[in-house]
Parts: sequence; C-alpha cells; structure tokens
Amino acid sequence: MVVTGVGIITGLGRGWRENAEGFRVGRSCFRPVSLFDVSRHRAKVAAEATLPAEIPCGRLKPRAARRLDRAAQLLLTAADEAWRQAGLEGTTELPIVLGTTSGGMALGEGYYRRAMEQPDGNRGQASRVLHYLAQSQPMATAAALGFRGPLTLIANACASGANAIGHAADLIRSGREELVLTGGYDALSELVFSGFDSLQALSLTSCRPFDARRDGLALGEGAAILILESERRARSRGARILAELAGYGAATDCHHLTQPQPEGAAAACTMRAACAEAGIGPENVNYINAHGTGTALNDAAEAAAISAWAGDAAPRIPVSSTKAGIGHLLGAAGAVEAAVCVMALQGQWLPPMPGVAAADPQCRFPLAREPAAANLEFVLTNSFGFGGANATLAFKRRS
Amino acid sequence: MTRIFAHGIGCVSPAGWSLAHLRSALDAGTALPAKAATRPGSSRPLATRPVPAPEEKLAFLAHPRLRRSSPLTVYAAAAAMEALSDTKREAGRRLGIVFCVTGGCVQFSRRFYDESWRNPAMASPLVFPETVFNAPSSHLSALLDSPAVNYTCVGDPASVLQGLAIAADWIQDGKADDCLLIGAEENDWLTADAYRHFSRDAICSEGAGAILLSAAPAAVELERIIGAKLYLSNQERLRAVRDARAELAPDTHHAVLCDSRTGAGQRDAAENEAWADWRGARLSPKTILGEGLAAGAAWQCVAAIDLLRRGQFNRAFVSVAGSHEHAIAAAFRRHDGVPGA
Repeated sequence: MVVTGVGIITGLGRGWRENAEGFRVGRSCFRPVSLFDVSRHRAKVAAEATLPAEIPCGRLKPRAARRLDRAAQLLLTAADEAWRQAGLEGTTELPIVLGTTSGGMALGEGYYRRAMEQPDGNRGQASRVLHYLAQSQPMATAAALGFRGPLTLIANACASGANAIGHAADLIRSGREELVLTGGYDALSELVFSGFDSLQALSLTSCRPFDARRDGLALGEGAAILILESERRARSRGARILAELAGYGAATDCHHLTQPQPEGAAAACTMRAACAEAGIGPENVNYINAHGTGTALNDAAEAAAISAWAGDAAPRIPVSSTKAGIGHLLGAAGAVEAAVCVMALQGQWLPPMPGVAAADPQCRFPLAREPAAANLEFVLTNSFGFGGANATLAFKRRS
Repeated sequence: MTRIFAHGIGCVSPAGWSLAHLRSALDAGTALPAKAATRPGSSRPLATRPVPAPEEKLAFLAHPRLRRSSPLTVYAAAAAMEALSDTKREAGRRLGIVFCVTGGCVQFSRRFYDESWRNPAMASPLVFPETVFNAPSSHLSALLDSPAVNYTCVGDPASVLQGLAIAADWIQDGKADDCLLIGAEENDWLTADAYRHFSRDAICSEGAGAILLSAAPAAVELERIIGAKLYLSNQERLRAVRDARAELAPDTHHAVLCDSRTGAGQRDAAENEAWADWRGARLSPKTILGEGLAAGAAWQCVAAIDLLRRGQFNRAFVSVAGSHEHAIAAAFRRHDGVPGA
C-alpha cells in the first residue's frame, strides 16, 4: 500500500515544508515549558508546538470548535493537511486508526483539580470529562472532516503511532479496507511531564540519542497523519504517491514495564518482521530512524538490536533519532517519525543529529550527525514503548 | 476465510471472581447491591458496584510484574487465567492480546496526578508507569510469557467488539495463532463522579471479561462482527444502533440477545427502540452488574458465549450501544459436533 498524504505539526512548525526543512538540517526546537508550571520539576524545557492562528475546523460548529482542546487542535491541523495533500475532499466513508498515550489529559487534570477544589461544583465538568476521553480528539476530527467511518484508537505507549499505522496497513493489505486515515497525536501535559521527571528520565542538558554521554530524553508534542491507500486505488484516481509502506512488525518485550531487554530481542524481532514483509534484508536498508530516546537503557538496547539484526550490514546503515530535535512525542512519535521517513525518501536526505558529540561505542552503525544527501530506497523507523510495545515500519521510495 | 471459535471465557465482576459467579448472578436476575463510594470533600452520594474481595489468594499475584499493579490489571489477569484454564498452551504458539479499556487505570492516575499537583518532588516514579493505558496488557504479556503482538484499544464500550474483530483478524491473517480479547475497568470515585454528568441513574461497576479465540473448532463460533457505526452526537445514536441491528440481521429462532442496557432510562432509549420488536430471549447483564464500560461489553460477550456453551440457545447476538462513540453488534453460534456443544 502507498502513502498519498502526510500532515504534520511539531515543535519545528506546521506542515510538510517547515518540518521537512527542520528535519533535513537537524534543527532543535526546545524551549522553556509555558503550558504549565515546571518550577518545581527537575527539567524545565520541552518542544512545545505553536498552534496555528486558525485551526482548520471544517464542518465543526463554532461551539464545538471553541471547545477543541490542544490535543484535538494538533490532530486536526495534521489531519487537514494530509487530507488536502491526498486530494480526497468529498470522501467520507473511511476508517480512522490513531495512536495516542494521553488523549485530552490536560482536561482530565482540570477536571480533577476542580473536583478537589470545588467538590460540589459542576460548572464545565461535563465538558471536561467528554473532551478528556482519548477518543474525543478523533471524533472531533471525524466531525470536522465529515468522516463517517469507524475510529480505532491504539494506546500502546510510545509505539502507539507506529502501531496505528501498522494496523491501518494490515487493514489494507488484508483487503478489508482500501483507504485509511492514520497516525498519532499527543499534547504535552503536566501529568506526563511529571511522570518522566519523577523517573528522572528527562535530560537536564540536551537530548543526545546514542551519544556516549547522553543523560535522558526530552518531551515534545505534535501530530502526524498519513493517508494510506491501496496502490490500485491510488493509481486509479491518479493520486501522487509519496512512498510505499512496505512492511510492519510488532512484538512485545516482556522484560520489564519500563526497561527494554538489554539485547533488544523484541526490537530485533520487529525489524526482522517488517523487513520480511517488505521482502528485504538489512543489506537493502539505507537508513533507520531509531526510537533513540536519549536514555541510557533504551539506546543501548536499540543499538544492540540493530547490530544483532543487521549483522555485517550494520556499518553501512546510517542511523539517527529525530527526537534530538523535537523531543519524544510519545503517542505521536511513531507517526511523526514515519512522516519524517516519507519526507527523507522524497527529498533523499538523512535527518541528522548535530548535537551528538561522541557516539556510544555500542553503536556498530554510523550515526547521521550532519545534514547530508543520500540515496534512499528503503528506510525503517523503530518505536518502542513502555510495557514493551515494539513496532517497526518499513518504507520504500516511490518517485 | 478461517473460522474463529471461542475456546475459553473468564470473568471478574461485582458478582465474584469467576464465570460461575457471573452465571449465578445473571440466572438470579436481581440487580446486585450498590455501595456508597467516598468522595473527598463532598457529601454528594456516589454509588458503585465493586468487585468483592477474592475468596482465596490469587496465585498469579506472586509474579514480579503484578506486585504493585492496578486493580484493573488484577481483574484482567484473573479473567484471562480463567479463559486459558481449559486450554493447554502449546509451546511456540503465538498468543496475541487485544486489551480494551474506556477509563483505564484511574486509581493510579488520580493518585499520581494528585502527588504531582501538590508537589512534583513527591510524585512516585513507581506509580507513574502503572498509569499508562497499556500497563495492564503489558503485565499480562509478561505473566503469560507471550512476546506476540499486543494492542491496547481505548474507546467507549463498543471498542470491545472492535477489539474482538482485531483479534479474529490477527488469527485469520496469521499474525497470531490464538488471541485473548479482554475488556476491563476499575472503579474509582473519580469515574463515578464523571459518569454522573451523563447518567444520574447508572451505577458504575468494575471487573473484566476475557475470551480466548482460536481457529481450532470449539463449541462456540464467532459468526460475525459488523463494522462499528460511528455517531457524533446523541441525536445520531439511535440511527447508529438501528444501523448496527439492521446490518446484523438477527433472527429470533432459538436465539438470545445480550444487550448493553443498564436500566438507566435515558441511556437505554436507543437500544430499547432499535430492538423493540425483538421477540427472542433477551439478557441485559449490566442491569444486574452495573455500568462496567469496557468490562461490561466483555461481560455481554462472555454471557452470550456461556449461554451457547450451556446449550440454552443456538445463536447469540451481542449489541453494544456505546456510551458516546460507536454502536456495534456481533453474532455467535453453537458449533455442533464438538465435545461440549
């Protein structure tokens, strides 16, 4: 199946053009957190996205548009762009498959604070509950774009976006669907920021995946949407094909709730599965967009997994993690990184990580550190989440 | 097309920690008593139907991953173990897991956010990971030592039948050999308080239901699941439930309908109207057990499968009029010629 539309919003900006340029040069967009008070937290920065002045609310009634929470605004912005790029205006009967970890968490936080501060006060509480629910953002998107198809929301922690895209691909590959809107979204929230802060997983310097001196991850927010459709359908309507989604692998790492198995066995398994579905081996892969959070344990396990999976081909596969520039987008990460892969295939460049000084000696593969043109035919993107949710997507170039 | 069969079912509910408890409560047909939930700072009464304490120690709690897990995880694990208890797991068979929730691990989430809100320095790093939607399903994979694909799906109660369809697809597409479908929820005053905004009469409950699916023949076959019907407003809800029923095209001959009515007037209106002319037998588990959200939809499926296994009906239809997102329906049938059928 093929990708015929991509929409994206991250800390780098809104839309394909701003993001592609940011990823191509390895721009970083961290800034002090302004969405909530972090004065008592260890970490103080994140990659906040700047919402557009006008959210593309489509068919939403003004009242519903005013009630969109930040997560819904991110999602809708990305979905509208993807939809327009695919040239599918007027199509309504299609399923939506999305990934998220937090949904409208900020509204849930507001509900709780209000319930504690004014226990018998009801004002605004029903709306907070309704829009807190993780499915409310996809429902708002369906309403805005006029979709009637079913929604599926996969919450597999930091692999949610990749699993959602993989599931959408399965629906098309099996012939159950011909066209799916898929991707992931997550907005920054106090609870999640506090969670990673409490785990001391947030970097106090800068996020440097695979650097020997890395000291943690940085959080970001955003959304990315892919329009996936069967090649037959795309060709029959003369759609511009941006890339082929050639393979998907998913597995579960049972080692620990928050720590990967040190050898990255499940990660190697998902890379093998995605490549098997794509009909390729490591020697065919020209770039890996790693999960690469910048934490000691994740990057070590992923480095081990890539090395084990790629074998002798490892020294010829450039690897980078775009989390170095935009942070970890959690439920959106897999989708945004899939979008980055499509952009890289289209532009034939490697997304660099300029901040990495000295590569971890465990890396048997070259790290893409400086902006560079490349000859990309097949690329992989890895996503590994809490709970051992592992996923790999394989994309193929289409000119 | 590969046929899909229900091999095992398990259940934790306000009736108790087994399918037998569920069966007994549904056969009695009397709503289980509600209990008052304590809500800090408020005299407003909140009623819930909690899961009673287990009658005996749960052996699986000795697993290191379950030491500090949420109630939801424990309910799900107990239901899953019961569903698997009839089946000998063969080495090398890939067991997929589809885990469906609406509220998720509310207790730990509330606790962690409260700690963080009051003083982030005191927020527990042990609690935070347990707040993540897929923590329970991850624990389950670890408990069952299953590295196969595992999805946590979030949505209104209709997501359970969507999850059932995903599980069946995985088996048909060769992604898994067997698949566990689980719907689970846990009570908290926060959930009960939130639900009150949408139905003053509904009583929130908790628990889990689990169904083990496989392609190997068994007494009950999953006949079909219709595509979920999205509705974006209460006004569209009746249309969605009607469409679901029309697409399912159920017949009443020796059949039972397991619906999602809770006994709370307004919430039941769409299902009452859409199925008004149903002349077959009818069972509404949530009128007895309470509004268990994803667990509730799983109980409906478990109850339907159990009735078929007991030989009381030849076909069972499950209708889920979700709380605010989808309406969906499924059909199961007895598969004759198999021991137990």
